[in-house]
Amino acid sequence: MSDSKKPDKIRRNLVVATSVLGGSATVGAAVPFVASMLPSERARAAGAPVEVDFSALKPGELRTYSWRRQPIWVFRRTDDQLKDIKKDDAVVADPDSDVPHQPDYAKNEYRSRKPDLAVIIGVCTHLGCTPEKKAASDTAEMGAAWNGGFYCPCHGSMYDFAGRVYKGVPAPTNLWIPRYMYLSEGRIVIGKDEKGEA
Amino acid sequence: MASRASALWQWIDARMPTLGQEYRKHLSEYYAPKNFNFWYYFGSLALLVLVIQIVSGIFLTMNYKPDAALAFGSVEYIMRDVPGGWIIRYIHSTGASAFFIVVYLHMFRGLLYGSHRAPRELVWIFGMLIYLSLMGEAFFGYLLPWGQMSYWGAQVIVNLFNSIPFVGPDLALWIRGDYVVSDATLNRFFAFHVIALPLVLLALVAVHLLALHDVGSNNPDGVEIKKKKGPDGHPIDGIPFHPYYTVKDIVGVVVFLAIFAYVMFFVPNGGGYFLEANNFVPANPLQTPAEIAPVWYFTPYYTILRAVPPMFDSQFPGVMAMGAAVLIFFFLPWLDRSPVKSIRYRGPLFKGALAIFVVSFVVLGYLGTVPTNAWGQFGPWLGNAQRATVVGRIFGTLYFLFFLLMPWYTSRDKTRPVPERVTH
Amino acid sequence: MNIMHRLLAAPLLAPLAALMISGTSLAAEEGYRLDRAPIDPHDLVSLQAGARTFANYCLSCHSAEYMRYNRLEDLGLTREEIEDNLMFASDKIGGPMTVAMTQADGKAWFGVAPPDLSVIARYRGADWLYTYLRTFYRDPKATSGWNNAVFPNVAMPNVLWTLQGQRALEVVDSEVGGQETVRYKWSQLSPGRQNQVEYDTTVRDLVNYLVYMSEPAAVERKRIGIVVLFVLGVLFIFAYLLKKEYWKDVK
Repeated sequence: MSDSKKPDKIRRNLVVATSVLGGSATVGAAVPFVASMLPSERARAAGAPVEVDFSALKPGELRTYSWRRQPIWVFRRTDDQLKDIKKDDAVVADPDSDVPHQPDYAKNEYRSRKPDLAVIIGVCTHLGCTPEKKAASDTAEMGAAWNGGFYCPCHGSMYDFAGRVYKGVPAPTNLWIPRYMYLSEGRIVIGKDEKGEA
Repeated sequence: MASRASALWQWIDARMPTLGQEYRKHLSEYYAPKNFNFWYYFGSLALLVLVIQIVSGIFLTMNYKPDAALAFGSVEYIMRDVPGGWIIRYIHSTGASAFFIVVYLHMFRGLLYGSHRAPRELVWIFGMLIYLSLMGEAFFGYLLPWGQMSYWGAQVIVNLFNSIPFVGPDLALWIRGDYVVSDATLNRFFAFHVIALPLVLLALVAVHLLALHDVGSNNPDGVEIKKKKGPDGHPIDGIPFHPYYTVKDIVGVVVFLAIFAYVMFFVPNGGGYFLEANNFVPANPLQTPAEIAPVWYFTPYYTILRAVPPMFDSQFPGVMAMGAAVLIFFFLPWLDRSPVKSIRYRGPLFKGALAIFVVSFVVLGYLGTVPTNAWGQFGPWLGNAQRATVVGRIFGTLYFLFFLLMPWYTSRDKTRPVPERVTH
Repeated sequence: MNIMHRLLAAPLLAPLAALMISGTSLAAEEGYRLDRAPIDPHDLVSLQAGARTFANYCLSCHSAEYMRYNRLEDLGLTREEIEDNLMFASDKIGGPMTVAMTQADGKAWFGVAPPDLSVIARYRGADWLYTYLRTFYRDPKATSGWNNAVFPNVAMPNVLWTLQGQRALEVVDSEVGGQETVRYKWSQLSPGRQNQVEYDTTVRDLVNYLVYMSEPAAVERKRIGIVVLFVLGVLFIFAYLLKKEYWKDVK
C-alpha cells in the first residue's frame, strides 16, 4: 500500500469512528426529548382504573362510565338477551371473536367474564361514534331479523348484545372489551385485571 | 450505495445548484486564517447554544402553560410528571447562562484581536444587535417560570420605563398590558420569548455570518490574509473551514458539552445563580422578596443603574447610564484609533485599559448580585456612603472611561510592528 | 455534598467564584447559625421515616401539590404500603398530596396561608429546614404561643412539640473584646416523647424527605450525569485524534 493511501485510510476510519460515536451520543441525547412526548404522570393518573359498583343495576339496564375519556357500558343482560346473542351467530361477521379486540377471558360466547354482565367500550369501530342500545322488540326501526343489540346512528353499523359486529355494515370489527376484573359480587374495576393495569 | 448517493446528489445539484454553491462558499472553500486559537471556539459554540435553546425550548413549550395561575405548576409538572422533562428543563436553564458566558467570551475575543475594526464594523454591529436581542430574550424568558424573582425582576425593570420623561408611565402600562405585571404581561412575554425574538435572533445570526464571510475572518495577529494569495487564488495563510475548522470545532463542542453536562447534572442550580432559590417560591404580587437582583448576566448594568443617584427627582439618569453602558459597545469600531488590530502588537496603554475594563466588568457584576449595603458604610468623613455604591461608582466610571478615552490612548499607544504573515 | 459541589463548580465559573460563598439557597440573615443537615439521599429507611412524619404531622396544614403519592415508590415502598400508611381515605394513589384547607382559610386562621412544601427545600435549603424545625421555643407573646430562633415571629406553631417537648430560649447580647456577640441559651421546659438524639434523627429524616420531594429526580440525575460525562470523555478522545490527523496537513 502506498504512503498516500495509509493516511487516507486512517483518516476515513477516524471519521467513521467519531461519527458512529457522535451519532450514538446524539441518539442517546434524543431519548429524553422523545420520551417527554409519552403520556405524563398526570395523563396516566387520569387514565387510572375506575371502580364501578353495579349491584344496583337492574336486569336489562345499561349504565355508561368514563375510563380514559371513553364511554364504557356496564350492562346487566337478561336471560332472554343472552339467548338472543346465540341467535345472532349466523349474522355477525366475527362470531368467535377471532380478531383480538377483547382480553382472553372475554374470548367466549358472551364476550365477558360472566354472561350476565357485559363490559363494552361504547365506541363504534367504524369512525368512533357512540352506538345506541336497541331492544329486540324494536323491529319497526331495525327490521324483522333484529334480535336486539346496538345501532350506530352515524353510518348504520349494527352490533349484537355481545358487541359483535353484523356482516355487511361499515364497521369492520367487534366492539372492544376493556380489561376488567371483579373485586367482589357487585363491584368491578375497569382498566385493570390479574396481569396489572392497562 | 455510494454511487446511488452520488447520483442523488447530481440530481439535486442539477436542479438547485445554490446548495452546492453555498456549501462551497461558506464551508469547503471559505478560507479562514490558519492561526485560530482558543478564543475562536466561542462563535461556533454560541451557534450551538442557540440550537440547544431552540430545541429544548420547543419541547418545554409542549407542556408549559403561559397562565399566571398555571405557569409555576406547569414547570414543576415538567420536572416531575413529564418523562425526561427535568432533563429538558435543566438543559434550557443551563443553556441560558451558558449562552451569556459564551457570548461574553466571544465579544472579548473581538476586543483582544480587533475583530471590530475595518472592514468588519458591520459584523460587529450585527453582533451587538444579537447581544441586545439576547438580553431581551433572556429578560422575557425569565418571567415565564412565574417565581418571585421572575415576577419582581420584571416588575422592577418594566417600572424603569416609568422614569422616561413624558411617555414613561404610558409606555410602562403599554408594555405590561396592565397596572402591574400580571397574566397579560406573562402571555405577551411568552409570545416574544418563543416566537418573535427567536426569529429575530436567527435572522441576525444569519446576517452576522454572511457579513463576516463577505470580508473574511480576522485572526489573533490581526493580519489580513487576503493580502497574500497563492497561485490558486486562495490566501496562503488560509485553510478551508471544512474540514479543518469543522473538525477542530467538534473538539471544542465536546469539551463544552462536558462542562455543560457537569453543570446540568451535578450543579444545575449553578451555585444559586443559574436557578435562583427565590424563584422556587410562586410569584406573590403582595410580597416583595428582601433582595431582588437580576440574573447574573445583567448584573454589571444593574450596578451602573444603581450607582447613579436620583437627579431632578428622577431615576431616569440611572436608566440612561445603564442604556449607555450597553450601547457604547456599538461605537467601538470608531473609538479604536490604533494603527494595529491585535493586542499582540499593541502597547501597554491598551493592555492596561483592557485589564482594568475586565476587572471593572467582573466587580460591577458581583456588586449587582448583592444589596447596596452588603459592604457596610464608610464613616461620616464620606457622608456615611454605602461602600458598595462608592466602589460601584468608581468601577462604573472606569468602565465608561475604557471607551471614552479610547480614541486618545489607542492613538498614543506604543505599538509593535505587525508581521506580514500570520504567526503559526 | 453541598460544599463539594460548590467547590467543584467554582473553577468553572471563575469570575463568579467569589460569589459561590452565598450557597445554593438563601442563607439565614445575620442571626442564628445554621446547623449542617446530616442527610443522605440514598438512605431509603430515613426517607421512608421522613415521609411518614411528613404525612402525619405536616399534611394537615401544608399541601405538597406537585408531589404524587405513587412517586413514593422511589423510596422503596409498594403501592399497598403507600395506600395503607401514608394516604388519607379520600386520596387516590395517582393523585397529588393536596389538603382540604384552602389558602383563604389558612390565611384567616394563621395570618398567613401555610405554604405548599413541594419545593421548599430548593428555596430554603436543607440546613435551614433542619435548624428551623429544631429551634422552636415557648413565647407567651406569640399568637400561637411559639416562636422560632431561625424564623422570628413565624406564624407556624411547633407541630412536632409532642416529640421534642417544650423548650425555652434566652438570648444574651454581650460584648466580648469590643465585638458584639449574641449567645443563645436553650433550656428544656418539659420533655417530649423523644430525647434530643431521637428528635434530631426524626427531623433529619423529615428534612431528607423534604429534599427528596423538592427534586425526586436528583439521584437519577447524578447517575445519568456520570454516564454522560463518560461518553463525552470517550468522544473527546476520538474527536481529538481526528483533529490531530487532519491538522497534520496544516504547516
